[in-house]
Amino acid sequence: MNNFIPFFVIIPLGAAFLISLVGKLSRRLADFLATSGGFGLLALSFFTLWILNSRAGVVLVYKVGGWVPPIGICMAVDNLSSLMLSTVNTVSFLVLLYSLSYMEKYTDKWKFYTLFMLMLAGMNGIMVTGDLFNLFVFLEIASISSYALVAFGTEAEELEASFKYAVMGSLASSFVLLGIALLYSYTSTLNMADIGRTLAAHPAGLLLNFVAVLFLAGFGLKAALVPFHAWLPDAHPSAPAPISAMLSGVFIKVLGVYALSRVFFNILGVSQGVLFILLILGTVSMVAGAFLAIGQSDIKRMFAYSSVSQIGYIILAFGIGSPLAIFGGLFHLINHAFFKSLLFLNSGAIEYSAESRDLKKLGGLKEGMPFTAATGIVGSLAISGLPPLGGFFSKLIIILAAVQAGYLWLGLAAALVSILTLAYYLKFIGFAFLGKLPEGLAKIKEVPLAMRLAMLILAVACLASGLLVAPLFKSLLQSASDCLLLGTGYAERVFSAIR
Amino acid sequence: MSVYFLCLVLFSIGLYCTLRKRNIIKIVIGLGIIEYAVNLFFVLVGYKMAGRSPILSPNQAIENMVDPIPQALVLTAIVIGLAVTALIVAIALRIYEKYGTFDITKIKRLHG
Repeated sequence: MNNFIPFFVIIPLGAAFLISLVGKLSRRLADFLATSGGFGLLALSFFTLWILNSRAGVVLVYKVGGWVPPIGICMAVDNLSSLMLSTVNTVSFLVLLYSLSYMEKYTDKWKFYTLFMLMLAGMNGIMVTGDLFNLFVFLEIASISSYALVAFGTEAEELEASFKYAVMGSLASSFVLLGIALLYSYTSTLNMADIGRTLAAHPAGLLLNFVAVLFLAGFGLKAALVPFHAWLPDAHPSAPAPISAMLSGVFIKVLGVYALSRVFFNILGVSQGVLFILLILGTVSMVAGAFLAIGQSDIKRMFAYSSVSQIGYIILAFGIGSPLAIFGGLFHLINHAFFKSLLFLNSGAIEYSAESRDLKKLGGLKEGMPFTAATGIVGSLAISGLPPLGGFFSKLIIILAAVQAGYLWLGLAAALVSILTLAYYLKFIGFAFLGKLPEGLAKIKEVPLAMRLAMLILAVACLASGLLVAPLFKSLLQSASDCLLLGTGYAERVFSAIR
Repeated sequence: MSVYFLCLVLFSIGLYCTLRKRNIIKIVIGLGIIEYAVNLFFVLVGYKMAGRSPILSPNQAIENMVDPIPQALVLTAIVIGLAVTALIVAIALRIYEKYGTFDITKIKRLHG
């Protein structure tokens, strides 16, 4: 019954292996393998979402090799992971579709597909695993392939960004491993549910605080929260556009936000102190990211700082910790995955046709590239929170939750940052799409069909994501946020699924 | 207890090396030191003074064994560390080709 869960890792790993074998022989075959792998994952993740939402409060557990946890390794998928899996695999399929045309200008496209699939295997693995050390291994698989993907163009700037990213990323991984070692020394188990159960039975006191700090630093670095954000505005713009879309759209959410919230809410159990730290980190990232984004003239760099700011919103919501706030945070996470990947694909389309991403050199692109302009404007308005679009509802819920929990100032700050967000996205729209076409760009052409299709679907997703709060779909988000609110009750759920 | 303290010292040396050195190869070495400090700590967690290797044979009682799990995990962590180090060294070499220097303060085309 649960035998399909490992396929979230098997499909991308197998695709990566096959592509590296046959990619050299035929370009078309590599295209086909990557796209069909992406489509298979998409179908599988929606199948999982459907199964989990037809029965309430269920965790699907797969015992690797038939060994019963906590002795053996298990994979556990609950509503939260299945919602994240659906988002990640939707975005990655569309990004693969976009890469069909976009990556043509690079040599060795098959190497790109191989690394992409490895990264996807790592991300899916993080979301399905129920074992803390497995989480570390998948984290490293995803990270290593992303270091290589950032340096994919091997230009001076890309190598520099990749080096910075790799140094900070492996430092973060060391922190996570140290945290796991300490937790293992205390609980003598690596199963996430079992660790949660043991910690609940024997409170660890000071050790737990130390472990919490290590995980906060480790996953915080991966999520690019503000004191740890320095690598992101270099690494995300330097990568090829499809990879920027993946990194900003889903990567920092899986490695950062998902891993952080799973470990803190479901394993260690949140205390007021941890929530307060999340609240502070979230607010600082939200405000600082927005102020840094305004001054940028490089499109992708502006979007990268915007990612820091929007991740701040999500962490702020988790830091408030009330049911409404976590609901809003998850909603914003999904919204942000859609519109940020759309915007990065737009920036890639602009770079593809106009061969520049400097706002000062662009303008009037709505004439030559009406399609890119239309989707770009939808994405920008969605992220700045224009009322009928998804971004408005998620930000509204977070602000309401902040006020409800008594953090009036934070609600006010979130509203002000939302206005700042509108300001710098208007700057993007104004400088890139409106105004007069520069002379050098008089003969600009629209991008190829595959790229347009990917952007169109993401734009529709941005328009429609507001529907997730409609009564029909609300249960998806509600059951996912219930998984986090369950706290250390996660252990009971997993163990009852094994029996 | 003192071995754990020495692990911490090793970790701090690695951290200092990563943060303060200007040569990017030295930064990579610093990362390696950090990695090995963590690995050493992890192995020590499962180590037992005068314990025996955890091999089950029919005529032996299960007692006084070293915990094998950290050893298996550290083996995995070492392999991962090798991959990261190989990748970073490759990137460092390409940086040298592009910039003609290993000095991190002179490698700064990205800013803002």
